[in-house]
Amino acid sequence: MKRLFTGIGIVAVAGILLTACSGTGQATNSANPNGAKYTYAVITHSGPGDAFWDRVKSGAEAAGSNYGATITYNADPDPAKQSQLIDNAVAQKVNGIVVSMANPEGLKTSIKAAVAAGIPVVTINSGIEESAAYGAITHIGQSETVAGQAVGNKLNDSSLNNVLCVIQEAGNVGLEQRCKAATSTFKGTMTNLQVDGTNDSEVKATIKSKLQADPSIDGVLTLGGQYALDAVGGVSESNSTAKVATFDLSEDVVADVQAGTILFAVDQQPYVQGFLGVTALFLDSTNGNIIGGGQPVYSGPAFVTKDNAAQVAQFAKNGTR
Amino acid sequence: MTTTDIMTIATRPRVENRPIRRILGRPETGALVAALAVMIFFSVYTTTFLTLPGAGVWLESASTFGIMAVAVALLMIGGEFDLSAGVMTGFTALVVGILTTQFGVNIWVAAIVSLAVALAIGALNGYVVMRTGLPSFIVTLGTFFVLAGADLAVTKLLTGQVAIQGMTKVPFYDSIAAFFGSSLTIGGGVFYISVVWWIVVTIIATWVLLRTRAGNWIFAVGGALNSSRQVGVPVMKTKVGLFMTTSGAAWLVGMISLFRTSTVQANTGVGQEFIYIICAVVGGCLLTGGYGSAVGAALGALIYGMVFQGITFAQWDTNWLRTVLGGMLLLAVFLNHWVRRRATGGSR
Repeated sequence: MKRLFTGIGIVAVAGILLTACSGTGQATNSANPNGAKYTYAVITHSGPGDAFWDRVKSGAEAAGSNYGATITYNADPDPAKQSQLIDNAVAQKVNGIVVSMANPEGLKTSIKAAVAAGIPVVTINSGIEESAAYGAITHIGQSETVAGQAVGNKLNDSSLNNVLCVIQEAGNVGLEQRCKAATSTFKGTMTNLQVDGTNDSEVKATIKSKLQADPSIDGVLTLGGQYALDAVGGVSESNSTAKVATFDLSEDVVADVQAGTILFAVDQQPYVQGFLGVTALFLDSTNGNIIGGGQPVYSGPAFVTKDNAAQVAQFAKNGTR
Repeated sequence: MTTTDIMTIATRPRVENRPIRRILGRPETGALVAALAVMIFFSVYTTTFLTLPGAGVWLESASTFGIMAVAVALLMIGGEFDLSAGVMTGFTALVVGILTTQFGVNIWVAAIVSLAVALAIGALNGYVVMRTGLPSFIVTLGTFFVLAGADLAVTKLLTGQVAIQGMTKVPFYDSIAAFFGSSLTIGGGVFYISVVWWIVVTIIATWVLLRTRAGNWIFAVGGALNSSRQVGVPVMKTKVGLFMTTSGAAWLVGMISLFRTSTVQANTGVGQEFIYIICAVVGGCLLTGGYGSAVGAALGALIYGMVFQGITFAQWDTNWLRTVLGGMLLLAVFLNHWVRRRATGGSR
């Protein structure tokens, strides 16, 4: 009997809490019916806990607070679920959607539905080719091809011959493109290595065993900041002399570039993608401006090398680069 | 009455004599109460949840989980697990994607080939489990990894990419997409056909469980394997059939996902298998087998879909998404457990 009463007590308290919450929920929702304030949905293909996408989120939220707009951030790597998140935003009648398209075809229906519902869409990060065709007002990102080719050339400058390209996420078309583009300008051999990006210690172990198996490998190219650190660990543990280069930044990567353990990092400036994505919607909402006039706007590539690492380090510390 | 199979003779009359207890004693009652609680909560807390556009979103979200949860519930009532169920949804879609875009096979033929392959893998799972006596947890974990690796390796090898592209250009795409990926707009809300499949699958599964001999066999093999073998229940046939049902449902979900998005990635479905099991358990299935219901599992999936999309409607910081989801699911299970114990376990 005692348990029954405890149970009833919990339900009663929960009930009171819920009623209290519903009051505030109504208040915030009714604060912006006449366009004084905007709500923008940012929907990406990030997995949970990804350092890169946290910077996109920071950028979007910073822009939102600058403009007095509400930002909702959601992410799912599965295109079917990401589509549902887009449908969800449309159902909420948000004032604009920022979306990243790792697998554009998978999002086509939902993005077109959003556009048809009169909601402006800005694509960021990936999906540069399909952006305009799906009705997005602009695209903000880095051309994977342009960036990959630049990396290939940079690797040539460092006179490397046998480089691993480490892919951390099976199924991401953009990552494949990076390796392919880097291979196209790189004069040596480049081999793709598939790793499980959700498990850093395994990434390190896989790189380590690959380096031990083939001592002629003199370079490791990773496609995300945190994997560069795994690669640095793998290189030192296998007593290899391979140089590490990487796409994307983190505070630790910048420190390693400063220290010389990482050769260079390509920064596509995720903070810019989040910030400009929201900015593009805000300018459209308030002033009818289209950034880039519908043409894609490049957020990168910016290279971080030993020369400029100290300056970048300051910003990386804030989690914005 | 689903539960009579495992009830002792002594408890049966007591339960059957009290109509309220009879209702409360059903496995799906807890899930129904929890589903209503979640629905009321988000309807009050957000403005869009209980609109047609809102309902379209969470119903679609719940539907694919629901189809799998119902099949997985049958399997769990039968006393087994299938950890390859998640990756199978991606695998079946990849088979169709590769056969059509790379080899020009007719899309309908490709879908049927995919179903046949899925059923064969399901049968293999069941056969190995029954023949070796190993736990299905281990056997299907093996199948899961084999398929996950094959998905990536074969897709990359044959297409040069890690996702199927250009599905919509395949001849007769529209004719098959109508069955799996079409949608209906009612009052601004988009309702996908997957919701219909979900309901159909739940009805069929419920009918099989409660009205057919096969249904009795399922409860029997899950509740008391040796006794049921001794009284002549075809144990092998039942269990293999259950594994095939699960992989068949995975095929259906694979087709829905493929024709909803017109693409499939090499990693599609990986990790979803636990969500199916969670939905089935929230819906009243016991991890030990012999008890549960198809309607309950469908309600479990409904709870999952409503919470998943409800958090987004509520515009909460989604860094907490999984935590909130986990907390809500635990609450649902507690409520479910409590309701059932009140009904069957005396006054405690």
